[in-house]
Amino acid sequence: MFAYILRRILYIVPIALGVTLLVFLLVHIAPGDPLNAVVGPDAPAEVVEQLRRSYGFDRPLPIQYLIYLGNVLSGDLGQSVATGRPVIADLGRALGNTLILSVGAAIVGFSSGILLGALAGWHRGGLVDRLATLLTLIGVSVPHYWLGMVLVIVMAVELNVLPAMGMAPGGATGWAFTGTHLAHAVLPVLTMSVIPMGIVARSVRATVADVLHQEFVQALRAKGLGRGPVLRHVVRNVAPTVVSVLGLQFGYLLGGSILIETVFSWPGTGFLLNEAIFKRDLPLLQGTILMLGLFFVLLNLVVDIAQAALDPRMRRT
Amino acid sequence: MTALHLLDPAPDVGGPHQPLLEVRNLTKHFPVRGPLWGAKPVARAVDGVSFAVAKGETLGVVGESGCGKSTTARLLMRLINPDSGTLTFDGEAVGSKLGLSLRDLRRRVQMVFQDSYASLNPRLTIADSLAFAPMVHGVSRRDAMAVAGELLGRVGLAPECFLGRYPHELSGGQRQRVNIARALALRPRLVILDEAVSALDKSVEAQVLTLLLELKKQLDLTYIFISHDLNVVHYIADRVLVMYLGKVAEVGPVEAIYGNPAHPYTRALFSARLSMDPDERTSAAPLQGDPPNPINPPSGCRFRTRCPHATSLCAEREPAPVDLGGGHLVACHLHEVAHG
Amino acid sequence: MSATAAKLPATAGPKPARSPGYWTKVGRRLLRDPVTMGCLAVLLAIVLAAVFADVLAPADPYKASMIRRLKPIGFPNHPLGTDELGRDMLTRLLYGGRMSLVMGIVPVLNALVIGGLLGIVAGFFGGRLNMAIMRTIDVLYAFPSVLLAVAISGALGSGLTNAIVALTIVFVPPLARIAETVTTQVRGMDFVDAARASGAGSLTIIRVHLLPNVLGPVFVYASSLISVSIILASGLSFLGLGVEPPRAEWGLMLNTLRQAIYVQPWVAVLPGALIFLTSICCNLASDGLRTAMEVKL
Repeated sequence: MFAYILRRILYIVPIALGVTLLVFLLVHIAPGDPLNAVVGPDAPAEVVEQLRRSYGFDRPLPIQYLIYLGNVLSGDLGQSVATGRPVIADLGRALGNTLILSVGAAIVGFSSGILLGALAGWHRGGLVDRLATLLTLIGVSVPHYWLGMVLVIVMAVELNVLPAMGMAPGGATGWAFTGTHLAHAVLPVLTMSVIPMGIVARSVRATVADVLHQEFVQALRAKGLGRGPVLRHVVRNVAPTVVSVLGLQFGYLLGGSILIETVFSWPGTGFLLNEAIFKRDLPLLQGTILMLGLFFVLLNLVVDIAQAALDPRMRRT
Repeated sequence: MTALHLLDPAPDVGGPHQPLLEVRNLTKHFPVRGPLWGAKPVARAVDGVSFAVAKGETLGVVGESGCGKSTTARLLMRLINPDSGTLTFDGEAVGSKLGLSLRDLRRRVQMVFQDSYASLNPRLTIADSLAFAPMVHGVSRRDAMAVAGELLGRVGLAPECFLGRYPHELSGGQRQRVNIARALALRPRLVILDEAVSALDKSVEAQVLTLLLELKKQLDLTYIFISHDLNVVHYIADRVLVMYLGKVAEVGPVEAIYGNPAHPYTRALFSARLSMDPDERTSAAPLQGDPPNPINPPSGCRFRTRCPHATSLCAEREPAPVDLGGGHLVACHLHEVAHG
Repeated sequence: MSATAAKLPATAGPKPARSPGYWTKVGRRLLRDPVTMGCLAVLLAIVLAAVFADVLAPADPYKASMIRRLKPIGFPNHPLGTDELGRDMLTRLLYGGRMSLVMGIVPVLNALVIGGLLGIVAGFFGGRLNMAIMRTIDVLYAFPSVLLAVAISGALGSGLTNAIVALTIVFVPPLARIAETVTTQVRGMDFVDAARASGAGSLTIIRVHLLPNVLGPVFVYASSLISVSIILASGLSFLGLGVEPPRAEWGLMLNTLRQAIYVQPWVAVLPGALIFLTSICCNLASDGLRTAMEVKL
């Protein structure tokens, strides 16, 4: 097991490096001079040259990458061009806000998905299964940004029950577990939970149905085991796949929150990313994508290890 | 002139007394996933195997699962490349510049696989599957289709019924007949049958074995018949080769091996056969322990960990083949004492 | 030289000389599936509506009118209302379909070709080449698809071509992966060994034996990606990447109509409803295709 963990860690090191390389290259595939974001087009030539040297843009590309890598490893993600503040500070706060949404959506989406999927898989072909399949289909097909808008219309505009946007009244950006804050979180969390619910339900349903049909379950029943103990066995066999799907979905919730955060003006990493793109704030863009990407890689590592812990067959790879 | 004669079998070069196939020191090790540091372990699937196959005979190859029979078959066909060892076909070395090229070898040696379902492309009709090999070697499509029809006839399947069908529409026995037909499409002289009847029902197995014997006579073929079923090998083979853990344990004429097995492993194999006689009962298991790991085989004689007659010599030195007369060779120290 | 070997009796009754091919059987199975056929019909209708937008549209998609802003559904001359600049919604939806469908389908097709090629090469030749290709793909896999699409699109800038490039890159890894998995699986089967044993070259083996068995599953997987692609593409436009105003595209229309939800909510949600409909039909059709193609392998 230990050897497996070590192997997985060694495996992600080149991937993580690849991520940094990709993010680094993003800036350089962007059309136009990267410096245009820093200074206006009418800046005098000597100033531009000086800035070019101070940013290191005059050095050859591989050297620039190494400098960048060094900075990243020491925690320096540069300074936001728009605000002048260090990227990592803004990023930290935004990440916290996104986590609120992601964790909330994860809790709602995963639990409803597992419940729905398990019921559907157990009672295959029955009414519950049909209903669950329909809900699942909706879950994976709906454009979530549109769903957000619809929910806002229903809840905020027509019924005026919940607030339409922002994290708190007046656009404040601090979080607290108060009623108003929670009210602001309801719609975004619900919206974000729909897709994971669909995907988790579909996966759980398929895995449960598959495991139930395997011979060892029939053997257990032939032995005379009641539903409870059989259920325990089924859960143990379903767990590895489900854990893997859950992990992946959590990664998507974290990394893919930009659309929902835009709809609800939620001040998270997605919102930050949006701003970075439109203000051509390249350090902020780079830093955000890098953080989210590395987080995803780390999450995959944790999921792989958890899977191996749950499923002894996986340890061979 | 039938269409089958568009492709002629390779001519006989060395005469009836030259072995059709000579294998010397065939070795193949497979790298195995090991610890992150240190030496990478290897599975020694085939380790220094040598034997010869005479023209027109059927050589049976027996052994437990994992002894290297199938790997040897694939090495002979060069579907896998050996780490070392030589192959000589009718006096010509395979792979060397002056000898046979791989393409030439493929015209002379063909193989019939075991799993009769995965051995036919599910997307091709029987006709297409059979015509594929001739077309690769330059035969026109029309002629190749004629060849396909003829081959089906030879293996006992009516061409008009089967040419246009797909593999999943055929029964196991029918598919295996198609496999045999496919192996014959290039007019080989040597056919390797790797567990070719193992997956079939007994009655179908008998039909296919009869077919194989017929074809051997009609087309002047030589067979290497790999199987774990000792009864079938007894029925069909002229000589038998016994393999254990990648090495040759014993080889000889079929009656000598079956009537007078010399190697302790061979003896154990035969004593494991169930008898139809109710008075003959097996009281003790013929062999103790599990087959050892090809990754870390025992030193010296590989069978010594399960051999009831093992001595200290067996742990030190690998036994060299000893000739017991009449073409019967055994690799065991016990027989060295008497004959060596 | 007649075969005196045991002749198997031909099954009773006259048999057709040729069995229906694989695709014929798939087609027949599809035709018997009402759900899938229904979805395919709807999708066909949407595609045709988009293609023939010039003929079907009642108005000019770019003609704005400040006095006619945000009129509701059922307004005279504007059956589906007007948008925030007074343009006819029905017209914009028809023309928007073109952009959305193109942005949805083209990247998947591109990725099918590129990813499929990479995966098949990696799977067939194995070894170091496989590792090199798949490890590089894994780096792209390290990003959630939305993030990757936004990142590449954001770096390249907005615009239709840039969005298509970004989405193609997003879809290459999953298609490459499945192509590699299936190819490796098929490569290990005995019939491929038999083909090698008959002396065929690699290209012939790939063409005759590998591709027919690999393309099926890969194609089904690609079809399931189309709905994702449409949603992602419209999502990019929703964020302001992708198609630029004043062009019509469903995601972009959702964006510009966002403020309108307070005034004319049901007009504002129309573009998204179409994305939803297309997506559901694509998913159901893809599932139906997968079931129809479930031939024993």
